[in-house]
Amino acid sequence: MNKFPAWLNLLVLAILLVGMLLALPNLYGSVPAVQLADANGGDLSEERVAEVTRLLEASEIVPEASYLKDGRVVIRFHDGEDELAAAARERLRSAYDGELSVAPTLAPKLPAWVRALGLSPMSLGLDLRGGVYVLLEVDMDTALDTRLSLYEQDFNERLRDAGIINRAEVDGSVITVRIREAEELERARQIIREADDEVLISDGVDGRSLRVRMTDAQIQARKDLSIEQNITTLRNRVNELGVAEPLVQRQGEDRIVVQLPGVQDPNELDKILTATATLEFRLVDSTRELPGTRQYPGRGDEPNQYLKREVVASGDQIIDAESGFSEGQPAVFITLDSTGGERMLATTLDNVGQPMSTVFIETRRDTVIRDGVAEQRTIKTEEIINTATIRGVFKSSFQITGLTPLEARDLALLLRAGALAAPVYKIDERTIGPSLGQDNIDRGFQAITIGFLAVIVFMAIYYRAFGLIANVALLSNLVFIVALLSVLQASLTLPGIAGIVLTVGMAVDANVLIFERIREELSAGSSPQTAINSGYEKALSSIADANITTLIAAVVLFAFGTGPIKGFAITLSLGIVTSMFTAIIGTRAIVNLAFGGRKLESLPV
Amino acid sequence: MRLIKEKTKINFLGESRRKVALVVSLVVVIASIVSLATRGLEFGIDFTGGILLEVGYPEAADLEGIRSNLLASGFDDAQVQYFGAEDDVLVRLPPQEGDSRAIRERLQEVLAAGGQTVDLRRVETVSPQVGRELTEQGGLAMIFALMMIFAYVMFRFQWKFAAGAVAALVHDVIVTIGFFSIFGLPFDLTVVAAVLAVIGYSLNDTVVAFDRIRENFFKLRGIAADESMNVSINEMLARTLITGLTTLLVLFALLFLGGEAIAPFSIALIVGIIVGTYSSIYTASATALLLGVSAQDLIEPVKDPELVDDLP
Repeated sequence: MNKFPAWLNLLVLAILLVGMLLALPNLYGSVPAVQLADANGGDLSEERVAEVTRLLEASEIVPEASYLKDGRVVIRFHDGEDELAAAARERLRSAYDGELSVAPTLAPKLPAWVRALGLSPMSLGLDLRGGVYVLLEVDMDTALDTRLSLYEQDFNERLRDAGIINRAEVDGSVITVRIREAEELERARQIIREADDEVLISDGVDGRSLRVRMTDAQIQARKDLSIEQNITTLRNRVNELGVAEPLVQRQGEDRIVVQLPGVQDPNELDKILTATATLEFRLVDSTRELPGTRQYPGRGDEPNQYLKREVVASGDQIIDAESGFSEGQPAVFITLDSTGGERMLATTLDNVGQPMSTVFIETRRDTVIRDGVAEQRTIKTEEIINTATIRGVFKSSFQITGLTPLEARDLALLLRAGALAAPVYKIDERTIGPSLGQDNIDRGFQAITIGFLAVIVFMAIYYRAFGLIANVALLSNLVFIVALLSVLQASLTLPGIAGIVLTVGMAVDANVLIFERIREELSAGSSPQTAINSGYEKALSSIADANITTLIAAVVLFAFGTGPIKGFAITLSLGIVTSMFTAIIGTRAIVNLAFGGRKLESLPV
Repeated sequence: MRLIKEKTKINFLGESRRKVALVVSLVVVIASIVSLATRGLEFGIDFTGGILLEVGYPEAADLEGIRSNLLASGFDDAQVQYFGAEDDVLVRLPPQEGDSRAIRERLQEVLAAGGQTVDLRRVETVSPQVGRELTEQGGLAMIFALMMIFAYVMFRFQWKFAAGAVAALVHDVIVTIGFFSIFGLPFDLTVVAAVLAVIGYSLNDTVVAFDRIRENFFKLRGIAADESMNVSINEMLARTLITGLTTLLVLFALLFLGGEAIAPFSIALIVGIIVGTYSSIYTASATALLLGVSAQDLIEPVKDPELVDDLP
């Protein structure tokens, strides 16, 4: 009685060994390092590692190790060699400007064999390593408005090209197209259909107009596209900043989470992240009478202008932008994509001698307090930074002036990284300094250690030998939680540590239930062997019920929780699952080995 | 070693005891509700929105000086307090008008006034919109957790038990949150997490007791339901106390060593576990009794209580 078959003992041992191996990378600590990533998101090669190492060694910067990790090159230095790491960063930045994004980071000091197994330590949440967390909301109304304006312009031009005199107007979510001659209504419908075969077209009440709306599917697709484009743009911007292991991720319907470990200055980040600065090029309407013409204010000394409704080219058609100087003035050198280039060519061909303006557009959101309630208000600034006469025909490359040097630099960065498809607003931002992160780690670790010690001392005194067995289970439970967190690469946060601490306290519950049951059985007169067997068997349904109910709470917490709370839910859930294994099967294996199949007078429980 | 003697015969569920417990529970619950209604909670910026800065000074900071500096710069609604130590200062502001970046830059300047090198340990800017959502989500999470738990206990036991368990949990949640209201403790997102963990823990206790009650309903046939429940609670008393004790041990370690940021979380769990232990003895079983639970109720659904046992 009370013997596990050999295979089961071996299985338990094997699982424990695997757990220890997976948890192992966490013991090495981390050292200063530099991380290189392909600026275009591709994977780097082994040749690149060798090349970078040679380059550094030529400058007498000798790294401790360099290797490839997830398509990125990691250059690692010894502990305390922060200055060397900084020198390496500068050297690499100047060598690979624009080609590779170079970022300072901390790398785990894993020996090569551990790395070769593909193992890595737990990833730490921002509250433990320091950094910036930003939750951005994408302004979907603006995204849809922009799309509607494009439709409006497109329909208007197509109808005009077909000789139909019309006026198109966006009103809320509807584009109203008014036709002068009622008999051309059907032909107009045809043309709009050709332009887009999905939109909903209905007749206006006056019999001379069409009302065009986007379908729900189109609206959804547009929203998805806006988010996706914004994520791409934000990734590019973050890469321009040089941050290791950035996270840019969609959250829910219209939000984007950005996590930047190690970034300390939220002000610098703000300027780059949520900036919507972009450009539009429009022709000046000297008659001031064309439909849709309106007045734009000039920035500073620039005169105000009446500009035509049609946009010649806009920021999202810009594929490259560099800041510099032209004739002593700060300038941005712009390259348009082929569509933008064609349009610019056609416009300049037709309008030599006419003035064209560059409009600088910026959207930001302010908080205003109205009747004691804080509300968000969108402020859009459109200013003419420059108006120039078209002197000759040009296509995709040209330059603009009218900005300060700093503005030119930021604008070039933003245009290069791509414009945001729709404005984004920061609705939640948390910056954690590195000192607080380290404090949190130290304190959390201390709490775990002391809490753990208190529990094992208590268990050893209270249940003697069985208590010691429960303690082995408790320790392996910790190993398993760490192992699972390392494998899943789920971020460990301060509430996550609290979850582990709580698990330590609660994990002994299963053993308490079993041991108390064994004591009961013994005092009811059972033999030690029977007591062990029925103690484990009868406690099982209680243990299962108790753990499943706690798991329900943890899963609900995971589903509803955000950020750090999720971290708590994860460690709590993992802890519950692993503790079931260690407390039931793990302790039984040891109990069976120690006491099973022998004649016993009493049990040390 | 034993904490309590081997066979206790405490009459937890006798008529008069039950009445006393009922009165105690009612008083505490009503006090909590009254406090929640009148004083409300010290909501953190997670819920209200606003700006929070934690600043480390090279030496003990002068709170009055910081307050007057803030006041002079127009931040007249700032709350300034020490955070764990005298060189660590927490500044809280309600949502401010204007551009958030400019406000933050101005705050940083004010806090570093006098040329001190300060360590900006933490800056959080939460919009009121996010706060409202979190409040809503937190409430929803609790309701959802209670519903799931009711369903599970009903499936494993019977609705009278489920009602007892949920009554105990509602009791625990109200008293724990009430504690935060009465003592004016900061109520942030981690406290919501803690309250949900309390729900899990307290239920754990309740279910373990129910499990034994079910077992005894069958073993001790012919004994009145309240008698049988009382025996069960006595039999589980050692386990209830020991698990409570080990959990409290680690939580006190967390409270004293885990740092200021995690303190509200630890307090919520400590209060919740003490209340939860009480409620699984009194509230849960007493409610089931009040609903007239008897051995008959369990005959149908329970074919094999050890269904999950597949160990050798």
